[in-house]
Amino acid sequence: MSEPGRTLAMGEAERVAGHSVDAPFGRALVELGHARPDIVGLTADLGKYTDIHPFRDAFPERFFNVGMAEQNLVAVSAGLARAGKTPFCTTYGVFATRRAYDYIAIACAHSRVNVKIIAGLPGLTTGYGGTHQAIEDLALMRMVPGLVVIDPCDATDIMQATHAIAAYDGPVYMRLLRASVPVILDAAQYRFAIGEARRLRQGGDVALIGTGFMTGRALQAAEAVGRDGIAAAVLHVPTLKPFDADAVAELASQVRCVITVENHVVTGGLASLVAETLFERGMTRPLVRIGLPDRFIECGSVGFLQEKYGLTAERIEQAIRAACG
Amino acid sequence: MSASPPLANAPSLAERAYRIRRHALRMGEVQGQGYIAQALGIADVLAVAYFHAMRYRPDDPEWEGRDRFLLSIGHYAIALYAALIEAGIIPDDEIDSYGADGSRLPMSGMASYTPGMEVSGGSLGHGVALAVGFALAMKRKKSDAFVYCLFSDGECGEGSIWEGASGAGHYKLDNLIGIVDVNNQQADGPSSEVTGLENLADRFTAFGWHAQRVNGNDIEALVAAFDTARALTEPKPRVIICDTKMAKGVPFLEERERNHFLRVEPDEWQKAFVALEAGRTA
Ligand SMILES: Cc1ncc(C[n+]2csc(CCOP(=O)(O)OP(=O)(O)O)c2C)c(N)n1
Ligand SMILES: [Mg+2]
Repeated sequence: MSEPGRTLAMGEAERVAGHSVDAPFGRALVELGHARPDIVGLTADLGKYTDIHPFRDAFPERFFNVGMAEQNLVAVSAGLARAGKTPFCTTYGVFATRRAYDYIAIACAHSRVNVKIIAGLPGLTTGYGGTHQAIEDLALMRMVPGLVVIDPCDATDIMQATHAIAAYDGPVYMRLLRASVPVILDAAQYRFAIGEARRLRQGGDVALIGTGFMTGRALQAAEAVGRDGIAAAVLHVPTLKPFDADAVAELASQVRCVITVENHVVTGGLASLVAETLFERGMTRPLVRIGLPDRFIECGSVGFLQEKYGLTAERIEQAIRAACG
Repeated sequence: MSASPPLANAPSLAERAYRIRRHALRMGEVQGQGYIAQALGIADVLAVAYFHAMRYRPDDPEWEGRDRFLLSIGHYAIALYAALIEAGIIPDDEIDSYGADGSRLPMSGMASYTPGMEVSGGSLGHGVALAVGFALAMKRKKSDAFVYCLFSDGECGEGSIWEGASGAGHYKLDNLIGIVDVNNQQADGPSSEVTGLENLADRFTAFGWHAQRVNGNDIEALVAAFDTARALTEPKPRVIICDTKMAKGVPFLEERERNHFLRVEPDEWQKAFVALEAGRTA
């Protein structure tokens, strides 16, 4: 379903607190389109709803709507890439990953072609239930050899990541936050680089390791507990693959407890990556995994669902207090 | 309901279609927006399916002898809920819960939520292949029930529709009746531009189906098409391609710029009910 309007990429909290950018992905792609004639855009009947419409309007002759056909979308993109183009193709995360998996694995990754898959409605950003909520997409995409996997936090992250993946030669899966997207990271200071985590806040009591929009909520929670003298560090991990294991291990070595926060099931994504990293390096730390359970999530309003499943700053705050109590 | 002629005092099919539209508008009003234009467009087809063609027991939606109705297009849930309410399978007083947290009537149709909803259809392109499975099973069970599957023009972009269609032809599934809503609309614009669906009937025919194309807002034509599809003796799956008008029955919405997702302003709902009522023929 396209359900515009009803679905907010983020909670009202971020929206009210800061300013936001309309269609940051589409804006960045248009900038790139002017400089890079090799870039083409594709969608599978979701151009209006995946923020690629600014590119479509700016470069109609370089835009292809393949209709509602996601396997076709990815395979056509792979063909374009092999013939020298740099395709950015958009659909929802569920349809890209579940329906086009074989094409991502073989036509894109196995052949190492330069296709960028941009995936809307990540995790719990839609109330349309199991058919539309991409809650396990990072785990699926992480399993594809050679694929770069990105879950950006805000408009700044999206715009910088779009430029970075255009400069990178190889297949990429990037989650999309669409429409009016809050700005949390200061563009003057933050630098996105593929494969690098960023320490956004220092603190020696507990480490919050986040990806996607949950990093923004981790920052809110860290600030809240900071007022009570608890020092929570925040590490933002926008790239799940390649994974910045060194940054994670370094931070973990400085704290007593690690909390992972992600808009995704707690198996197979960020929490699993952190656990693997720590264990492999012989580090034992209590690990609290905040994210979605291993089940299909019901239909309902986005705010209700995020609250119910703990994708909130309050839930993170509780976890910090419990860990440090 | 049964395939036998309706009782003399039963509401006409036109009246059923009017009521289906009205239920859908009421649900639309609860959420303030939604796939209302699709529901209004397909209401005549659903009236003929549920009140002329199909066999089912309102008080026993799981009755084994029922005809199966598979909604492949989960976003049309508002339309099917309206038909299920009119059929007495869902109580009228659940309308106010449409789309609410915890409701049995979520915005996208799912089998696990709603009585009368046979499959979960929101990930488009599943229905025809599922219908092939249903139809094969009914045959093995020696059931004489039909399997209906409602899918859409935009959905015909999915390769899986054509894999299913090919299988149905190959298995000669004469208990399968496909219904395609051709409203010439999909998410990004007119289906004729986005997908290009020339010769849709010929495509099905080439896959071994019996194909009919009708005005999906003409109840008499629909009755004839459903009768033909059911009575056909040729061992073939059947498809009824229905050209429908989005927002049919509410003229000011029909005239509005065609859109996949219709917005109706708060003050327009009353106007919509009045406009619908004005066109009521029964
Ligand atoms: C596999 C899949 N891809 C994309 C979507 C998103 N989507 C929901 S409705 C829709 C358009 C479907 O076409 P159609 O049913 O003809 O649209 P309508 O007539 O309702 O405007 C799309 C692309 C989806 N639900 N499932
Ligand atoms: Mg349509």
